[in-house]
Amino acid sequence: MLEIENLTVEVGGREILHNLSLNVMTGYTTVLFGPNGSGKSTLLMTIMGFSGYKVKSGRIKLNGEDITDLPVNERAKRGIGMMMQRPPNLTGVRLKDLVRVTSKGSKDTAKIAEELDMTRFLERDVNVGFSGGEIKRSEILQLTAQNPCLVLLDEPESGVDMVSIEKLGAKVHDLLQGPSHHCAGWREKSGKAALIITHTGQILDYVEADRGYVMCNGSVACSGNPRELLQEIRKMGYNECIRCKINRANVIEENI
Amino acid sequence: MVSNEERRAKEALRKEAKFGEEIDLEEYDEGSRGLSGADSLEDLPSETKSTMLDSGIVPSDKGKAGNFLLMDNTVVHSSVMGSGVEVMPLSHALKAHDWLKDYVWKAVEPDSDKYTAETYLQKADGYFIRALPGAKIKMPVQTCLLLKNRNTKQYVHNVLIAEEGSEFEVVTGCGTSKNVEKGLHLGISEFFLKKNSKLTFTMVHNWSEFVGVRPRSSIVMDEGSTYINNYVALKPVKTIQTYPTAHMNGPDAVCRFNSVAVAHPGSMMDMGSRAVLNAPGCKAELISRTITTGGTVIARGQLVGNSAGIKAHLECKGLIMSDKGVQIAIPELEARVPDVEMTHEAAVGKIAQDQVEYLMSRGLSEEEAVGMIVRGFLDVGIRGIPDHLRAEVDKILQETDVRGS
Repeated sequence: MLEIENLTVEVGGREILHNLSLNVMTGYTTVLFGPNGSGKSTLLMTIMGFSGYKVKSGRIKLNGEDITDLPVNERAKRGIGMMMQRPPNLTGVRLKDLVRVTSKGSKDTAKIAEELDMTRFLERDVNVGFSGGEIKRSEILQLTAQNPCLVLLDEPESGVDMVSIEKLGAKVHDLLQGPSHHCAGWREKSGKAALIITHTGQILDYVEADRGYVMCNGSVACSGNPRELLQEIRKMGYNECIRCKINRANVIEENI
Repeated sequence: MVSNEERRAKEALRKEAKFGEEIDLEEYDEGSRGLSGADSLEDLPSETKSTMLDSGIVPSDKGKAGNFLLMDNTVVHSSVMGSGVEVMPLSHALKAHDWLKDYVWKAVEPDSDKYTAETYLQKADGYFIRALPGAKIKMPVQTCLLLKNRNTKQYVHNVLIAEEGSEFEVVTGCGTSKNVEKGLHLGISEFFLKKNSKLTFTMVHNWSEFVGVRPRSSIVMDEGSTYINNYVALKPVKTIQTYPTAHMNGPDAVCRFNSVAVAHPGSMMDMGSRAVLNAPGCKAELISRTITTGGTVIARGQLVGNSAGIKAHLECKGLIMSDKGVQIAIPELEARVPDVEMTHEAAVGKIAQDQVEYLMSRGLSEEEAVGMIVRGFLDVGIRGIPDHLRAEVDKILQETDVRGS
């Protein structure tokens, strides 16, 4: 579904992603690991198309279409939806109204809000005075209303309390593995896919992840089975990934 | 015999106002005082009714404590449906209540500027609304001030009295009939809030491109009284200059001013609100949200702390939607004693790109996203608006063109 080819991205004049390539296949839930500052959020923001994330070279393709230069809303229309790590406050815009506009009346948003224990937030201004966990729940509520085909989640579990994580996890699960023929975007029948950033791996208790990538210093250091990757990272830390990548590169060079 | 007041007013006929561009009063014709009356607002021509609706006034008796309509300089309609409240033309009230002379022209000085002087000398009529002692009036009193004929000069003098322990609500809609390109509105409003009374006053301005507007309002507040002022001006206007002032003279009085305005291309809006906190325990909050889509907005605000133990906050925020638009925020804090808590927050700028893109990432087009953010921005300024008006104001807001030119 999503193909990223040799992507180099600059933020504020600094190169953050270097020649990065990865794929997210239809029906696959893909997990991104990596230390702080490795460029995971930058990758997601770039895929969504936010300004300030300047693509210097490389392509982003969605279902074969080059979307590298499309505006944010055109990407949303084609089925990409994102949970941001730190979304902006929208003073004066009630969460209820945003959810209504996002769902275009296709969803029972009141029910979803109730399931996420967000009913009392519906009358509040979007993100204003929300705690970290409340922001996550609000983002999931919006995403559920939006129902994208390609779901980008930036640390869905961070800041969420032990009780809420159950509800949130269940909603993320529904979002990814729920009935695919309702999802937004022009390739409706193509099913869903996800790219999820996680540090703790906690979200893997709720969603079946198929593939994992480890990012270090703005490029992909490793890929494989997400649970195995997580175990390795827990045991040996990210430094091992970097060392491993360098070793592999050396091996390749020697072979050449 | 020429009274002292009259002499002072005559001397002030050429006195320029402190703020706002000067308007030549000679350019306009006297508004008619002889238009025919209407027994009910429902009997009015549909065009007039639709102008009223656009100004937040429902042309019906239902659910209202009283109705009042002034067109040009004629009181066309005045009625009371509820009990505990008086609604009548000021000219009648002056005959009915001998004591009223101790109120008129006591909150606003006739010689403040040439506009007050002219209104004084013309013996302008307007509405008199009084809530009787202890009366809690559930339904609002509606008043409507319309310019009916072109090139008209309208003078209005209103007096509102909230007697001790009373509570009431007034909605004033001001507007211009369709064919009126040019006009002038001069409006004096004097408010007297007695001990522990409460008044919610909402004013909706719905003028047109060539109308000049110079309201002069002053609110005198006794102990424990509460005054809430909502001001909505979303339509084009040539020039408005207004700076209502609350004189909080009794302890523990509370006032709140919420203002929202859009300056369209060609509009010059100089609008402020001022609270003078003269007694301990007084609280004031002045909030304004202004947008320019090509016109000029000057958002003024002033808090004067004259007593210990007062608390006051002033907030002017402005959005610039066009290269041609100008936003000027002038917040002033003036403390004359220690032990006061006075704060202000002013910000002007363009709409934040990250907010627009956040909404776009949910599938909204750029235009839809900007519209939603701008309406939200204005919405903060009208959250104090009474529920029954909410739908009308929301409608005006939805119809307001907030795109920059």
